[in-house]
Amino acid sequence: MSLLQTIDVVKRFGGLIAVNKINFSIEQGTIASIIGPNGAGKTTFFNSLTGIYKPEEGQILFNGQSLIGLRPDQVSTRGISRTFQNIRLFGNMTVIENIIVGMHTQLKQGATDALFRTKKFHEEEKEAENRASQLMEYVGLKNVGNQLARNLPYGAQRRIEIARAIAANPTLLLLDEPTAGMNPNETADAIKLFRHIRDDKGITILLIEHDMRVVMGISEHISVMDYGEKIAEGTPKDIRNNQRVIEAYLGREAAKLRD
Amino acid sequence: MKTFFNDLYKKANKGPWPLIITVGLMVIGSITVYQSPRSLGAFLTLMLCPMMIYFLKINTKVKIFMGLLLAIVIIPVLGIRNIFYLEVIFQMAVFAALALGLNIVIGMAGLLDLGYVAFYAVGAYSWAIFGSKQLSLLHSIPGAAPAGAEFSLSPSYFWLFLFLGVGLAALAGILLGLPVLRLRGDYLAIVTLGFGEVIRVLALNLDKPINLTNGPQGITPIQRPPLPPGFILEPIRSLLTPIVGHVPTDAEFYNVFFYLLALVVILIAIAVATRLEDSRIGRAWAAIREDETAAIAMGIPLVRMKLAAFAAGASFAGCMGVLYAANRTFVSPETFSFLQSIGVLTMVILGGLGSIPGVIFGAGAVVILNIQVLQNFSLYLSALRQSDAVIPIINFAWKDLSNQLDPAKYQKLVFGIILVVMMIFRPEGLIPAERRKRELVEDKE
Repeated sequence: MSLLQTIDVVKRFGGLIAVNKINFSIEQGTIASIIGPNGAGKTTFFNSLTGIYKPEEGQILFNGQSLIGLRPDQVSTRGISRTFQNIRLFGNMTVIENIIVGMHTQLKQGATDALFRTKKFHEEEKEAENRASQLMEYVGLKNVGNQLARNLPYGAQRRIEIARAIAANPTLLLLDEPTAGMNPNETADAIKLFRHIRDDKGITILLIEHDMRVVMGISEHISVMDYGEKIAEGTPKDIRNNQRVIEAYLGREAAKLRD
Repeated sequence: MKTFFNDLYKKANKGPWPLIITVGLMVIGSITVYQSPRSLGAFLTLMLCPMMIYFLKINTKVKIFMGLLLAIVIIPVLGIRNIFYLEVIFQMAVFAALALGLNIVIGMAGLLDLGYVAFYAVGAYSWAIFGSKQLSLLHSIPGAAPAGAEFSLSPSYFWLFLFLGVGLAALAGILLGLPVLRLRGDYLAIVTLGFGEVIRVLALNLDKPINLTNGPQGITPIQRPPLPPGFILEPIRSLLTPIVGHVPTDAEFYNVFFYLLALVVILIAIAVATRLEDSRIGRAWAAIREDETAAIAMGIPLVRMKLAAFAAGASFAGCMGVLYAANRTFVSPETFSFLQSIGVLTMVILGGLGSIPGVIFGAGAVVILNIQVLQNFSLYLSALRQSDAVIPIINFAWKDLSNQLDPAKYQKLVFGIILVVMMIFRPEGLIPAERRKRELVEDKE
C-alpha cells in the first residue's frame, strides 16, 4: 500500500480549477518530486494535502486513513510535516525555539507543569533542547542556537525550516521549493541533506522543485503538473523524454522547433 | 545617547557601586518622602529604587532582602504617613496586573485586544453584586433603596471571589474568543473594542428589568474583607504611632492591606506570566504571533491556543477587578470606559510589547504621569491663575487662562502622544522583550 495516495482530488477557486482530478501516490521510503511550470497548481496541491485548503472533491489517504476535513494541525499530528515556498520561520524566536516549536505535538507538558515547574517539565525541556541542538547540527548549522531566526542568512533559514519540520518526527516530509534562491554549492549540500534525511531517518520525501538538476539528481519518481492536471509521471529518464512535458515547459511551438 | 546610557550602566555596575546606588536611593528617597510628603521628586527618587534593584547586578539574596524591606516596611510606613502615595502605588499595582494580562494577549500571542477593560469590569462587578446589598435590591428602582436592605454575603467571601473573579473573567475571555477566532489584526481589534463597550453598556443598562448593576449610579457600598484580628493589628498600631506621628486609623490600615494584597497578586501574576511564556504554551503563542500558517502546520491547535491566551490574559484583570471593587467600595460603568483599555494598551506599548519588566515599568510610568505629574501641573497652573502673574512678551495674564486647559483633563492627549511617539521612534518599547538565551552544549566547544 502506498504511504500517501490521492484519488481524483479537485480544488477550485471560484471558476478557476487549480487542481483537477489529481491521482497521485508515493511509496514509503522514496524521494519523489512534483514539477511543473509556474501556476501549475503544485503548491495548491500541497496545501490541499496538509489541510490548509479543503479539496472540493476526491479522497486523500495517508497510511490508509482519510485526511479530508482535518485541520492542518491534525494533519501534522498524523505525521506529515512541511516547509514553505517563501520561508516561514518564527523570525523573532531563537533558532532553538523554532525547532522546539516543531516538537509541539510530542511534548506532553501541560499548563500546570509549566506553572509549578514540575520535574517532568524540566526533564522534558532539557530533552527538547538537546534534541533541537542535535537537529541543528544535523542540518549543518553550528553555534547559532541563540540567534533570532530572522538574523540568519537565507541558506541557513532554509535549513532551520527543514530542521523544524523533522523535529515533529514525521513519516512524510513535504518540501516546497527547498533550494529556491540557493547557489550551486548550497544546492549540492541540500541534495546531500535530503538523501541523508531519507536514508538515516527513513522519512519519505516529496518535493516541489523548479531546479531540474535537483529534480533529476535526487528523485526516484517524478510527477509533472500543468494547468492543474497531472500530465506525466515516471522515472527521471521517462520524464526527460516525455513530449508533453517538454511542451509544457517550452511551449508547443518551441518544442516543435527543438525537434 | 545610547552609548552614553550603556557606559553609565557599565560604570554603575562596577564594584560596590550597585549597592551604594540602591541603598543611597533608598535612604535618600525614604528621608525626603518622610520630610516632604507632597514632593513629586522625592517620590520619584523612591520609585527609582525598585528599578535599580531589578536592573543592577547585585547578589540575588541581597536583592530579595532589599526588595522586601522596601515593599513591606518602608513603603507601608511612608504610606501611612502620607496616604496619597499608597493610593498611587496601589493604582500602579492594579494597572501593572492589567498590563501583564493584556501583554499575554497582545505581546505574547499577538492578538490585538482593544476591549480588555471588559474583563476588569467582569471581576469588579462580580464582587460588587454579591458583596453589596444589591441582591436584595433586585426589584427596587435604582436610587430608591428601601431601608433595611442587607448584605447578601459576609465580607469573608471576598477571598472566595478573588478566585471566582479569575474564573469568571477567564470564562468571559473564552466567550469573547470563540466568535473572533477567525479574525486577525484590525478586524479583531474592532470586534474586541465592541465587546468592551458591550460590557460597559450592559453594566449601564442592567438596572431593568431587574436591578442587577444599579445602572449609571453604580453599586455602593461594597464590603471589604475583615482586617487581621486585633492581637496582630494592635502591636503594629502602637509600633507605628511614634514613627508616623499619629495613631494609624483603620482606614489607613485598609490602604496598607490592599496595597499588600495587590503586591501579592502582582507577584503571582509575574510568576504566571514568566512561567507560561517560557513553556510549550508560551512558545505556541509566540509562534502564532509570528506566523499563524506556519504555527498550525507545526501542529499547534490554533483555536485552543488563542482561547487559552484570551482566558489567561482576562484572568489577571478579573482578579484585580475584585480587588478594586473592594478597595473603592464602589463601582460604576464609567470606570470601565474605552479610555481605560487604551490606557492599559499605552502602558504595554510604552514598556515594550511582550516584555514583562517592560509592561510593569510602563504601568508605573503612565500612572505616575497621569495622577501625579499632570495633577501637580494642574495645581501649579491653578496657583498661577489665582496670582497676578503675567506671561511676559505676549502680555497674557494667567488669570484669563481658560479652565478648559486644565492638564488633569489631558489624559487622552497624553495616551495619544505616547502611542504615536513610541510607534515612530521606538516601536519595541522602552524595555524591549528578549528571548531567553539558553546554555547550549554546542556553545561550550
